[in-house]
Amino acid sequence: MKRIFEKFIESLLTLSGATTGIIILLIVIFLFREGAGFFRHSEIESGYVLCVNEENPVYRLTPKQIKEIFDYEIDNWSLVGGNDEEITPFRISDISDYYSDEELGENNEFLPEKLGEIIAATPGMVAFIPEQYAADTNERVRQLITEKLNPADFFGGDTWMPTATPAPQFGLLPLLLGTLWVGLCAILIALPLGLGVAIYLGELADEKIRNLLKPTIELLAGIPSVVYGFFGLVVVVPFIQKTFDLPVGETAFAGSLILAIMALPTIITVAEDAIRNTPQAMREASLGLGANHWQTIYRVVVPYSISGISAAVVLGIGRAVGETMAVLMVTGNAAVIPHSLFEPVRTIPATVAAELGEAPHGGAHYGALFVLGCILFLITVVISVTAEVISKKQPQA
Amino acid sequence: MNSHLLKQNIAFAIFRILGLMVVSILFWILGFIIYQGAGVISWEFLTSAPSNGMTSGGIFPAIVGTLYLIVGSSVVAFPVGILSAIYTSEYAGNGNIVKFIRIMTNNLAGIPSIVFGLFGMSLFVNTLGFGDSILAGSLTLGMLALPLVIRTTEEALKAIPDTFRTGSLALGASKLQTVHRIILPMAFPNIITGLILSIGRISGETAPILFTVAAYFLPQLPHSIYDQVMALPYHLYVIAVSGTDLEATRPMAYGTALVLIVIVLIINISASYLRKKLQKRHA
Amino acid sequence: MLETKNIDFYYGGFHALKNIGMKMEDHTVTAFIGPSGCGKSTFLRLFNRMNDLIPDTRLTGECLIDGEDIYHKSVDVTSLRKRVGMVFQKPNPFPKSLFENVAYGLRVAGTTDSRFIAQRVEESLKGAALWDEVKDKLKKSAFELSGGQQQRLCIARALAIAPSVILMDEPASALDPISTSKIEDLIHILKKDYTIVIVTHNMQQAARVSDKTGFFMLGELIEYNDTKKIFMSPEKEETQNYITGRFG
Repeated sequence: MKRIFEKFIESLLTLSGATTGIIILLIVIFLFREGAGFFRHSEIESGYVLCVNEENPVYRLTPKQIKEIFDYEIDNWSLVGGNDEEITPFRISDISDYYSDEELGENNEFLPEKLGEIIAATPGMVAFIPEQYAADTNERVRQLITEKLNPADFFGGDTWMPTATPAPQFGLLPLLLGTLWVGLCAILIALPLGLGVAIYLGELADEKIRNLLKPTIELLAGIPSVVYGFFGLVVVVPFIQKTFDLPVGETAFAGSLILAIMALPTIITVAEDAIRNTPQAMREASLGLGANHWQTIYRVVVPYSISGISAAVVLGIGRAVGETMAVLMVTGNAAVIPHSLFEPVRTIPATVAAELGEAPHGGAHYGALFVLGCILFLITVVISVTAEVISKKQPQA
Repeated sequence: MNSHLLKQNIAFAIFRILGLMVVSILFWILGFIIYQGAGVISWEFLTSAPSNGMTSGGIFPAIVGTLYLIVGSSVVAFPVGILSAIYTSEYAGNGNIVKFIRIMTNNLAGIPSIVFGLFGMSLFVNTLGFGDSILAGSLTLGMLALPLVIRTTEEALKAIPDTFRTGSLALGASKLQTVHRIILPMAFPNIITGLILSIGRISGETAPILFTVAAYFLPQLPHSIYDQVMALPYHLYVIAVSGTDLEATRPMAYGTALVLIVIVLIINISASYLRKKLQKRHA
Repeated sequence: MLETKNIDFYYGGFHALKNIGMKMEDHTVTAFIGPSGCGKSTFLRLFNRMNDLIPDTRLTGECLIDGEDIYHKSVDVTSLRKRVGMVFQKPNPFPKSLFENVAYGLRVAGTTDSRFIAQRVEESLKGAALWDEVKDKLKKSAFELSGGQQQRLCIARALAIAPSVILMDEPASALDPISTSKIEDLIHILKKDYTIVIVTHNMQQAARVSDKTGFFMLGELIEYNDTKKIFMSPEKEETQNYITGRFG
């Protein structure tokens, strides 16, 4: 009986041991399943089609071309491979410019026919109309071919406008670059500061000062990110706007500063531990050979603890890349490819947080946000594995 | 003065300045929030619901909501986390299984909280049909807390010297008895501290609850685990960025931020107090 | 010549060394023996001011090398440590290559002449009787050596900066018997050029390698004399008891 009980407990423990693996598996399954849904959606809004005059030699437009046509940035068919003819974009709401409500009938029963007439009469027109009407127009109207959203456009696209009609733009580049800019800049700020403070605490500070500062810094790592974001919003953002005389203070730089401040406690704590773990024997040997304290620090202590320090850096990067709320609050969230640190940017996590609430469940936008989640997941897996490999390299004395 | 000494003096001066600078920045943040928020905190602020479009009243529903989520995610994360730590530290040896579990735990710890939010929304809210609810939010937060719980518990168990294990086994105790009677009681103070700290870490998380439980405004408290709640971090976020009248809601935001910081402080201080007290009793 | 006069040393309130005065001649090997915690290592570490690293300590009395008080304000600690090399209880090579370990002291002293450094590294490794074993793998990590080799590397590292005194703090206690005898042979050779002070709790080792021996107990120098005298006919009863193994 007792043996059975012990066996039971043991299998329970084994099962618990597997939990983290199971959770990661579930995350992968659900994230990637929802993400894969994205690529099953059509390039243009579902339920709609694009129609042109049958004489038009163009059979297909890319989502980017469609967007630029309807934004009046492309105004001639020759720019998209057609004849030299002016483009007339047409949305279903434009019908009132052509026909009165009476002419369309009480229940819009004449609408398809009238649409057909307009398109047939205007060789340069491209009409964005509901699928149900397109079928009943006439033989002089041809639908453009629309394809499924494809990975190349997603990963190579330079525009993120998920709610644009007729063709939403899902280009990863602005978000990816925004994330990298903000993250890397944050690390560049936090690394020298964090390392400096770690060396100060680990090597120079009095024991009393250290015993006071170390727990305080650890405590600061526990302050919620919204609080840092809020501080950034009310202090850092106006400060940046004033100092650099910018139209808005919500910039990549504000995000980097706040992220750097948030990453500091992590970097300081981990790097300081690594520095303190350098064996006293190493220090004594170096001092015994006539090196002074500073030479000992940079020639022996830092090289010895370099794996711990690198792990601190990698963990800091991980935190910076994945951080959501604080960045969302201070970077201005403009989804454009950043050209300077002093422009608004939008990061991947901030995009998910800002848009998921408005994206209809199961739609292309919803799927796109899960693809972003997959990308974040993969980035952090790479970071975790890197940290793992680096910290294994600890020299064995 | 020789050049080596000069270099040392310059380097050390820089480090001292850096240390002073960073520490004062960090303290400035704390001080700023405390200074601005202190005037807002009142009994009424803590015990009444927001009113007049978040410009007056208090944050009571958000405090209650956060407490519910803390309890909920503890229920999810503690049992599994502790058992998992016992397995890796006491049962699994040093083989590939442990390596695998550790890699998985580290990976899980590195996943950004917003990804947990996406996952929680997909699995709990949509697939399992819990909707935006305390249940979905607690499960999501619990998973976020799990690697922290496992890590701190494992460290607490690892800190017990092997001599106690061999000593107990040599007296004819089974492995389970050894864990139950020797290891767990000895590690108890550190385990409990780790649990408190890990729950403190996630109590301020916003991203995972955005799409799984958090409500912008609810006049009444939740009735069941299938209800939505307000939560402090989310409340701070919305009144900081998306209120109708940002100037008028600012004081409310300072107050909320201060309450969040105080909660973190209380959790940390109580954890270290508890550890000291329990260690004394067990010593 | 090393000399101390009326040395008293305190760790906080603990009186670790009590009124110690002794002289050590050039080109001799002096061994300090005594039970654990008797102060022999603390005393050894006075000569390169390693005890400065420990907070809350206090020293009174004089500690002279070639007549110069090494605790005088005008003394530069780092240049003192270049004159007084030290070998520690456990081999403690740096996480660097063999070559860089030996070159370390020269580099921190500001030497940049790479020909000179290479030459010194070779001389020092030869001096530490390690050259033949490692000359083909100078670029390898020092951690790849055996414990005994690592300890001789640490000796070579100390020799590279051309000290006049070498302090050895139980240099063989972490080594196997064969490595130990290699270290002891090396001490015999090094004696020609250096003044060596060695702390050991292995009395046979003290008897084998040293010319003079000091016996410490509870922070006091009980007896200091020629090694033969100490081991054959000690004057004090405590010494007699210790070397015949009645306690310690």
